[in-house]
Amino acid sequence: MAQRDDLISTVPDPDPVMKLDPVPGFEPVIASLCCHYCSYVAADLAGSMRLQYPANIRIIRVPCTGKVDIIHILKAFESGADGVYVSGCEEGSCHFKIGNLLAKKRVYYAKKLIEEIGLEPERLEMFNTAASQGPRFAEVATLMTERIRRLGPSPIPRNVAFVNGEKEYEFVPDN
Amino acid sequence: MILAERKPLAEIIELIGDARKVLVLGCGTCVTVCFAGGSKEVGILASQLRMAASKAGKELEVVEETIERQCEDEFFEGVKEKISDADVVLSLACGVGVQTIAELFPEVVPLPGVNTTSFGRPVEPGVFVEYCAGCGDCLLALTAGICPIARCSKSLLNGPCGGSENGRCEVDPENIPCAWHMIYERLEKLGRLDWLDKISEAKDWSSSASGGVRIDIREDLREIKLES
Amino acid sequence: MKSNSNLEKLLASGKFAVTSELGPPKGTDVAAIEKKAGYLKGKVDAVNITDNQTAIVRMSSIATSKILIDLGLEPVMQMVSRDRNRLAMQSDLFGAYALGIRNVLCLTGDHQKFGNHPQAKGVFDLDSIQMLKMVKAMRDEGKVLCGDEISGGFEMFIGAAANPFGDPFVARVPRLAKKAEAGADFIQTQCIFDMDRFSKWLAGAVDRGLDKKVHILAGVTPLKSAGMANYMNKNVAGINVPEEIIERLKGVAKEKQADEGIKICVEQIQQIKEMKGISGIHLMAIEWEHRVPEILELAGLLPRPVV
Repeated sequence: MAQRDDLISTVPDPDPVMKLDPVPGFEPVIASLCCHYCSYVAADLAGSMRLQYPANIRIIRVPCTGKVDIIHILKAFESGADGVYVSGCEEGSCHFKIGNLLAKKRVYYAKKLIEEIGLEPERLEMFNTAASQGPRFAEVATLMTERIRRLGPSPIPRNVAFVNGEKEYEFVPDN
Repeated sequence: MILAERKPLAEIIELIGDARKVLVLGCGTCVTVCFAGGSKEVGILASQLRMAASKAGKELEVVEETIERQCEDEFFEGVKEKISDADVVLSLACGVGVQTIAELFPEVVPLPGVNTTSFGRPVEPGVFVEYCAGCGDCLLALTAGICPIARCSKSLLNGPCGGSENGRCEVDPENIPCAWHMIYERLEKLGRLDWLDKISEAKDWSSSASGGVRIDIREDLREIKLES
Repeated sequence: MKSNSNLEKLLASGKFAVTSELGPPKGTDVAAIEKKAGYLKGKVDAVNITDNQTAIVRMSSIATSKILIDLGLEPVMQMVSRDRNRLAMQSDLFGAYALGIRNVLCLTGDHQKFGNHPQAKGVFDLDSIQMLKMVKAMRDEGKVLCGDEISGGFEMFIGAAANPFGDPFVARVPRLAKKAEAGADFIQTQCIFDMDRFSKWLAGAVDRGLDKKVHILAGVTPLKSAGMANYMNKNVAGINVPEEIIERLKGVAKEKQADEGIKICVEQIQQIKEMKGISGIHLMAIEWEHRVPEILELAGLLPRPVV
């Protein structure tokens, strides 16, 4: 994947996850928190360009990745997501200036929290995608799917998200 | 405010043990401001606990609540039932709050979810620093508002010691500024360096924690119990 | 005479004094003390006995000081404020006097985090300046801190440490003045490598007449190697070894570096001897005590005068 200074991701290079073997027959469910101004537009563009990207991605539009709080990330995992990624604008181009930088800090913190539970921190990542980058959106979606395929299903069963006796949103796989 | 930090999840899970229903009780005052135990943190911890229990194949119901303050009896009115219903109560309040639960609910063993550390303030977002040691005999007037008891690692009254380098304390130069260096700078700016000419006498520690449990009784505020 | 100690008498007579240092064993190994003392006996005027230096547990300075007296040397008992409150300190001082100890050095002490028991509770009931005041009152007024009278005599020659290289620099000479006022009779400085900065500090002290109020002994430490110099630069607060010295050490073969270090030390001593306001040197050769006699010989400081 091409690396530019403003288009970073939290995935290390080289990525140890890609050395693992994919779990046969496993179709991950991945939550993608996309910002309205860049990543969501890129997703739209990928669609209009008829680019193929995995159906495993569940896109959740947020006004800015700076709106994403720790609890949202945890709830995604609690609701059954096998992987989660936050997708914001290029660094320096965030519509709200530093929203994507705040998000990055929170992603790193949330990685520690999910590790405490026993989830691999690699299940959560952050990417930057500009509005014009339809192909990159598809690339990121494919990459995360391939990585989570290798990490295997989340060890959390799918019916865990309760708050005060009420069942919250549940990610349901397509098949 | 009182500063605290959430305990590691592994420790909390061990404290909860085999309980099936846990009430995670947050506090809306000090621990909210230092992001250790407010309603947000209750939500985060509850989510983590549900996931960890589920991963371990354990049944665990996590109830979430936050009250204004856990150091005053009145605020517990609204959560009395939830407290009695739960197998264990995990309080994210400071040590004072946890103990209040023990006093008000004698049949409950309250568990502490945070480590209470000190009195301090957020010097910038995300950075919480100890500022006051509660020595009971405040001498801030002598040092132009910088406390050497709390902010000097050795609580010197005639500092600095030889471990002050580049304005940092050698105990942790990255994070701890030398309090005496700061006092000197401040007094120099104020043109009051002469305040340091006088030797500070040995401190009377009897009003501090080492002198015994501090109890302040104000007769003018005490309850009047009417005889019936 | 405040204490009649050998060190006091020597300094009072205007002679150039030499003190050294001995670290007690990390246990009860008296033979180790005897060995180190053996090198120093007759070569120095008094020997500092460190008190749980760097917060590492060692035999107490009071016990080790007594052992040194029995071996025929004069100790300077160091006392830190990290491990004892005012009760224990005054109690130990009574005991020290009864055992024949007549020199004491009051220090704050390194924070316990640096030692082998970082979980210990640091006491710091008093700081070094309050300690000086306390010991002086015990000696000159015959009273303990709370005002009660001491039964029996108490004579002590009181020392303090000074760091000409600490920060902030503006505080250093006023701090020395405070120690003198509090009760220090003599001062031992942190080991000197930066002669320039030291001279500035000394000039400041002499300006205020502090060299007349306290006897200043300049600290020197021989460097064993370039590696040791680098280590001290990085890890020991308040010590700055100038580049030229490190280069000098690097310039010779590894086996010759220790000898070069001794040479540098001797040169430093000779420079210090000429400085106005200096009453002597404090030679700290930790774990290198066996080379102390050689250093002093080369520096022209042997034999030691007898008073």
